[in-house]
Amino acid sequence: MRSAVVVFPASNCDRDMMVALEKLTGRPPLKVWHGDANFPEVDLIALPGGFSFGDYLRAGAMAARSPVMREVIARAKKGVAVMGICNGFQVLTEAGLLPGALMRNAALKFVCRDVHLKVEESQSAFTNRYAQGQVIRIPVAHHDGNYFADADTLDRLENEGQVVFRYCDEAGNASMDANPNGSQRNIAGILNERGNVLGMMPHPERLIEPALGGSDGRGFFESLVEALH
Amino acid sequence: MNKHVKITPEIVAEHGLTAEEYERVKRALGREPNITELGIFSVMWSEHCSYKSSRVWLKKLPTKAPWVIQGPGENAGVIDIGDGLAAIFKMESHNHPSFIEPYQGAATGVGGILRDVFTMGARPIANLNALRFGSPDHPKTRHLVSGVVAGIGGYGNCVGVPTIAGECTFHASYNGNILVNAMTVGLAPTDKIFYSAAAGVGNPVVYVGSKTGRDGIHGATMASAEFSDDSEEKRPTVQVGDPFTEKLLIEACLELMASDAIVAIQDMGAAGLTSSSVEMASKGGVGIELVLDHVPQRETHMTAYEMMLSESQERMLMVLKPGSEAKAEAIFKKWDLDFAVIGRITDSGHLVLRHQGAVVADIPLGPLADDAPVYERPWEPTPPPAEVRAADMPAPASLGAALTTLLGTPDLCSKRWIWEQYDHMVMGDTVIRPGGDAALVRVHGTKKGLAVTTDCTPRYCEADPRAGGAQAVAETWRNITATGATPLAITDCMNFGNPQRPRIMGQFAACIEGMAEACRALDYPVVSGNVSLYNETNGKGVQPTPAIGGVGLLADIDKRATIDLKDDGHVLALVGETQGHLGASLYLREIAGREEGAPPSVDLTAERRNGDFVRQAILQGKIKACHDVADGGVLVAVAEMALAGKRGATLKAAPAGIPAHAYFFGEDQARYVLEIAPADLPALEASATAAGVPFAVIGESGGQALTIGSEPPISLGELRHTHESWLPSYMGAA
Repeated sequence: MRSAVVVFPASNCDRDMMVALEKLTGRPPLKVWHGDANFPEVDLIALPGGFSFGDYLRAGAMAARSPVMREVIARAKKGVAVMGICNGFQVLTEAGLLPGALMRNAALKFVCRDVHLKVEESQSAFTNRYAQGQVIRIPVAHHDGNYFADADTLDRLENEGQVVFRYCDEAGNASMDANPNGSQRNIAGILNERGNVLGMMPHPERLIEPALGGSDGRGFFESLVEALH
Repeated sequence: MNKHVKITPEIVAEHGLTAEEYERVKRALGREPNITELGIFSVMWSEHCSYKSSRVWLKKLPTKAPWVIQGPGENAGVIDIGDGLAAIFKMESHNHPSFIEPYQGAATGVGGILRDVFTMGARPIANLNALRFGSPDHPKTRHLVSGVVAGIGGYGNCVGVPTIAGECTFHASYNGNILVNAMTVGLAPTDKIFYSAAAGVGNPVVYVGSKTGRDGIHGATMASAEFSDDSEEKRPTVQVGDPFTEKLLIEACLELMASDAIVAIQDMGAAGLTSSSVEMASKGGVGIELVLDHVPQRETHMTAYEMMLSESQERMLMVLKPGSEAKAEAIFKKWDLDFAVIGRITDSGHLVLRHQGAVVADIPLGPLADDAPVYERPWEPTPPPAEVRAADMPAPASLGAALTTLLGTPDLCSKRWIWEQYDHMVMGDTVIRPGGDAALVRVHGTKKGLAVTTDCTPRYCEADPRAGGAQAVAETWRNITATGATPLAITDCMNFGNPQRPRIMGQFAACIEGMAEACRALDYPVVSGNVSLYNETNGKGVQPTPAIGGVGLLADIDKRATIDLKDDGHVLALVGETQGHLGASLYLREIAGREEGAPPSVDLTAERRNGDFVRQAILQGKIKACHDVADGGVLVAVAEMALAGKRGATLKAAPAGIPAHAYFFGEDQARYVLEIAPADLPALEASATAAGVPFAVIGESGGQALTIGSEPPISLGELRHTHESWLPSYMGAA
C-alpha cells in the first residue's frame, strides 16, 4: 500500500502519522508539501493533525485552499482513499469533501484525553478490522472538534452508514458525559457517501503500542492495509 | 523616542539605572550616552539580563559532571545521554507579564523557552511548567489560572510539543505576583550542537523570523522591578505570541542546522536585538556592526531605540558562514519567514549601530556584558523556626476525614483540569503521562526514555531556605528515581522578592547553599537556569521559590515504574525512615490551620541510599508500582496510588510511639511507597537490610476502599470525587 502524508505549515502530527503508517503498512509514506500539487499516485492520502496556518481565520480554512488540496479533491472524486485526522478532518469539511463543520468545543477549552469510541460502521476501508459495535479507546486532542451539521444531513449520515465512530462510555453508551466536545449525536468520525473519504477527530496514530498506553489504534491501519493492499 | 533627547536624571531613573550606574555608563563611553545607548545599557544592566545581584551566589552551584556537555552560560544546558545524543534543557520565568496579561504572558514564556532550546540545535520534545497562584479566595486568582493555562496550552499545542509535566500550587503570598515558570527539553546529536559565540570577522549577521514591532519595549526592565497597584498600566510592555510562526521557525532553523551554514545562533528573548547581538559578539570576543535600516519592521518610522529594545517574539539572530546566505534564505523563504542580512562581525570589540546613514550607537562590548555591574548585596539569615512537636499537634477527627480533606485541597487536588488542556501526547513518545511523579518521554526511535519533572516546596523554603533549597533538588531527584530513571542534571528558576532587602537576599543565598549541597551529594549538577527577582507587590515578597526542573535517563522504557497499583493482594512497603515530622507540613496548614515549624530535615546520605535501592529494585523488575512520599505524607501517597490504579488498599495502624496523624501525614524525606508481589518480598527485604535502607511492610493492595487499621473504610469513589472535583468546580464557578 502506497500512502502520502500532506504537510501544511504547522501540521504537527505529520511525523506521528508517518511513523504509524510505516510501522503498520510496512512501507514509508511519501511526505507531500502543501504547495506541491503534483505528487505520485498513491493508494491513501492522509491529512494529519496540527494547527495548519495556525488555525487562523478558522481551523482548516486556509489549508483547504492550498494548491495540494485541489489535487486531493480531484483524486478523492476518482475514488482514492483520503483520511483526515483532527485538523485533517477540519480541512476536509472546509474543502467540502465531507459535510458539516467542526466548531469550538462546547466547554470552550482544548481537550486532550483518551475517549471511548463505538465502531458504528465496520464495513469501511478504515474500520474493517474492528467488529461492528466494538468499543475502542483512542485519544482526542483538539480545541475545535464539536461536530455540527443540520438535522437532515445528520439523518442522512446515520441512514447511509456514514457515521463511523461515536463517542461513548466504556460500556458503549453514547451519553452526553462521554462526549468530550459537544458534537451532535456524539459523532466522532464520518465517511463521505462513496466511503473513500474519512474524517475523525480522535487520533488512532497515537495509540498503536502498549508503551504509549494502548494499541486500539492499530486496527485502523490494519483495516487500510486489508482494503488497499 | 527622539534621538536628540536630552538625558536628564529623570530619564536615567526611568531606565532603571541608579545615579552610580549612570556614572559608570559615562566612564565606559568616555562621554554622555545618547538615548539609544542609554536604552541599551539599561536593558543589559537590568537584573533580568545581567544577574547583577545573583551572580556571586550562582557561582556556588556545582555545574560539572562527566555527562555535562554545556553548563550554565549558554542558551540552555546540555547533557550527554549516550548513543551520540544530548538532552538540552532550561527553565525560565515569565512571572511579571503573566500577572499583567495571563494568556500572552504565559504563551510567550513557552515560546521563549522553546527558542532557547531549539537555538542550540535541539528538536524540543517536552514542555513542563511550574505555576504558583495566589489564594483561591483572591478575586484575581481564577482569571489568572484560566488565562495562564490557556496560554501555555495555546502556544505549546500549536507548536506540537507535548506538555507532559508540571506543578501548580496556591498561596496568598502570590496574590499580587504569580509565578509562571516554563521548561523545555530537547534532543540533538552531540556533534550538532549550536552555540552563541560569534566568530569570523566579516561574516554576515542574519535576522530571521517575525518582523520587529513596538511591542515589549522595556520588558526586561519591567521584569526587574517590583509591582505596585498600577501594574496594569504596564500591559503594553507584554509581548504577543504567535505559535504558528514559532512552529515554522523551529522547522526552518532545524532544516538550516542540518547543513553546515551556521557559525553562531541566538534567539532574541528579553531585550531582543540588543541582548542577542551583544551576547553573541562578546562571547566570541569580536565586534558587531548592525545596519538597522535592514531590520524587518512591522511598523513605520521605528527609531533605533525602539528596534533595539523591542521584544517582538519569534525572532532569531545568526552569524552565517560567508557565501551561505543564499542557501539559508531559500529555506526561510520556503517557510514564509523573514530573512535579512542586517550586519557584519567586526574586530572592533564594539557594538556599532547605523541607521539612516548615521552611527546611532557605538559602545564597547565589555562594559555591556562581562564587565556589567555585579553587586554583593547585604544579606541576613532567616531566623530558625521553632520546632513543632507532633505530639502537640491536634489529632484529626479521623484519619479518613483528614485524608479526604487533604486530597481536596488546592495544592493536593488532581490537576487534570489543567493538563487535559495541554496536548501531552503529540509526537507519539509520551510513555508516562502527567499525574504521576515524573513524566517519561521516549527518545524517538529508541528504547530510552527521559524522565522529567518540576518541583519545589516554597513553604519549606520560607521556613528554612537552606533546607528548602536542598529539599527542592532532592524531591525532583526522588520523582525521577521513582520511575526507575537515573537523575542526571537540573535546571533552576529562582523566584524571589526584592534583593535589595537583606532578608530576601538571605533567603536567596541560603536556598543556593542548600541546592548546592544537594546537587553535590546526589551527583546532580545545575546545567542552566534563570533568576527572577523583585517578585513583590507593595513591598511584600512571594514565598522563596527555587523551582527545580530535573532530567533523568531510563535505558529501557519497558523497565519503568508508575504510581498506579497494579493488582490485588500485593504488599505495600514503605522505604525510608518515618519520624512523623509535621512542621511546615500540609497537614498542619490545611487541617490545623497553622503555618509554622521547621521543615523536615534533608538527610542527603539517606536520600541517595534509599533512592539508589529503589531504582535498582525497579530495574530488577521487582516493583509493581512506586510513588515518592511528599506533600501530605504516606497516606496521601498511598491514596494517590490507589486512585491511579483504581484499586484500594488496607494499611496497618501506625506503629507505637508515633501519633497516628504524624505517622500518616508527616512529611519526612527520602521515602517511597512500593507495591511488591508477595513472592518478591523476602529478597527485597533482605537487600534493604543489607544496604541499611529502612524498609517496612505497611499494608496490602486490593478492594475498592482504603482502610487504615480499625478505622471504617474510605470508599475510593468518595476520595476520587473529592480529589477530582475541587479544581473544575472552582474554575467552573467563574
